[in-house]
Amino acid sequence: MPANRFNGFTNLGVGIGLRIPHYKHILSKKPVCDWFEIISENYMLDAGRPLAVLEQICEQYQIVQHGVAMYFGTATRLNRDHLKTLKKLVRRTKTPFLSDHLCWGSVDGTYTHDLLPMPYTFAAAKKTAENVREAQDFLEVPICVENVSSYAEFHASEMTEWEFLTEVVEQADCGILLDVNNIYVSSQNHRFDPYDYLNGVPHERVGQMHIAGHSKFEKYILDTHDHPVLDPVWKMYEHAIKMCGPTSTLLEWDAHIPSFDEVHAEALKARRFLEPAKKAETSRGARREPVIA
Amino acid sequence: MNRSSRKSPPKHQSERPRQTLKQLQELQRLTASVIMQPLAPGFRSRKNFTDGRPNAVVAAQFIKANERLKPFERIAIYNKQYWYRLVDVLYDDYPGLKTILGRLKFNKLIFAYLQKHPSDSYTLRNLGSQLGRFIADHQELTQPRTQLCQEMWAFEWAQVEAFDGPANPALTVDDLLGSDPRKLRLGVQPYITLLHLHWPLDDFSVALKRSALRGEASNAVDAPSQKTQSKKVALPGQYEIFVAVHRLNNDLYYKRLDRNAYLLLKHLQKGKTLAGAVTATIRDGGKTGDESSDWTASIQGWFADWTQMGWFCTRK
Repeated sequence: MPANRFNGFTNLGVGIGLRIPHYKHILSKKPVCDWFEIISENYMLDAGRPLAVLEQICEQYQIVQHGVAMYFGTATRLNRDHLKTLKKLVRRTKTPFLSDHLCWGSVDGTYTHDLLPMPYTFAAAKKTAENVREAQDFLEVPICVENVSSYAEFHASEMTEWEFLTEVVEQADCGILLDVNNIYVSSQNHRFDPYDYLNGVPHERVGQMHIAGHSKFEKYILDTHDHPVLDPVWKMYEHAIKMCGPTSTLLEWDAHIPSFDEVHAEALKARRFLEPAKKAETSRGARREPVIA
Repeated sequence: MNRSSRKSPPKHQSERPRQTLKQLQELQRLTASVIMQPLAPGFRSRKNFTDGRPNAVVAAQFIKANERLKPFERIAIYNKQYWYRLVDVLYDDYPGLKTILGRLKFNKLIFAYLQKHPSDSYTLRNLGSQLGRFIADHQELTQPRTQLCQEMWAFEWAQVEAFDGPANPALTVDDLLGSDPRKLRLGVQPYITLLHLHWPLDDFSVALKRSALRGEASNAVDAPSQKTQSKKVALPGQYEIFVAVHRLNNDLYYKRLDRNAYLLLKHLQKGKTLAGAVTATIRDGGKTGDESSDWTASIQGWFADWTQMGWFCTRK
């Protein structure tokens, strides 16, 4: 769905990630861009250049925060220091919602700095949902949980990944950041039909979407975010937009980053699918208007 | 959309007892230990786990195989990514130290370091914060250049601090006018590091940055040896300097200091009153034999510079 309670009732259009190689271009040329997504942890600082740049960008552009280290799926407690510092940033950016991943990555105070896949169990879903609710209550902004790409599966799993995602977001009453590329990557690595995944999630909870490129190796695909979006992913994105409605979309390009214009042009290809969906929505809305006699 | 299977797992799964939270914790601990185990030389995953058992046996306990990859091959993707990511950060933050030691010896140092000091923060900024102490405690890894390595680490860590370290409201000249120097204690901004070095590592760092053929920002997918290639930069000859690593208008600077200016700032940093710091500096500065220094003019000039750059703050 477009604007809904999981994205702070925003429908932002097409955005790209705010990345260091583009700082100078954005600050000097002030290009038109619907919105930028920032990696929260890069700006959870006390001072210095990153915050100074962020402040300037926040004055001119819509920013949405995206985290990589909250680890909602941790089997223990969330890191309270992380939550407190994150809240300071939420107040600074005035992000309408924030997102982080359906994953874990830390054990006994040691961090892997990776987005590790969950075992899809009822115990894991319950604990993850508790963590999301705790974060949502503390941060006082809506949260969208993103599906990750994965390369391993656990014997312990009791359901499919999309069933697990559904369990978590319904128990937590939170939104979904639907990463279409991650679904594709995981579907190839684990041999499931990606359209089962797209069809199997609660579409009314989708607050945002991600698209990205990936890299193919001999026996697996790696989610590298360093290429244009491939055709199968665009097809899946088209299907996701039909299921969910026109939704704020972000292109992730995090490595071997080309110019701002090249990244932005790639992102704007999403409009091929968003525009028809918006027109269809508008038509449906017009047909539902009561005729006043 | 078919969600009916959400509430009813497949029959064979529903016959298994469900995972408990304790089992989830144990599974995450085991998975993390496999992912974080050290790599073999050449950035390859090891055959045996840290307890001596084959990794293939350990991984098969909790990871499924697919038709292309065995269980350990699947989890090894994460094992390699873990090490690539951390090594990549240290390559980026300590290029001088890497150049001094050479890639192979630097790899040996940081692998040993990361096993002792894995990341304990949600940010990778502090990953190398204990490396200076580690070098001091394991000198065999950096001989015969241990002191040079320690000073290079200190200089490069100072840049991390200067880049985004905290700042307090700066004191201006007006704030200081009329203060009694016998009582006034000045704070030095927390993002400033004062260093006494035996090599001109500021010039060395600048030369390294100029020579690097920088790639774009990356998420550490490539093995570190495939990343940034640098032209060779000669190691610096020994030459004593005093330098402040700081930032101004959010740009990083290295400012060479007169020895006496360095001493004065160090005394202030240690909490001496202004008068006490000046007295101690003149006493220590006299040892250089520079009896004819015009101390008043020098100190006034330094303070004018330092307050203009916002170096002083209220001492907490």
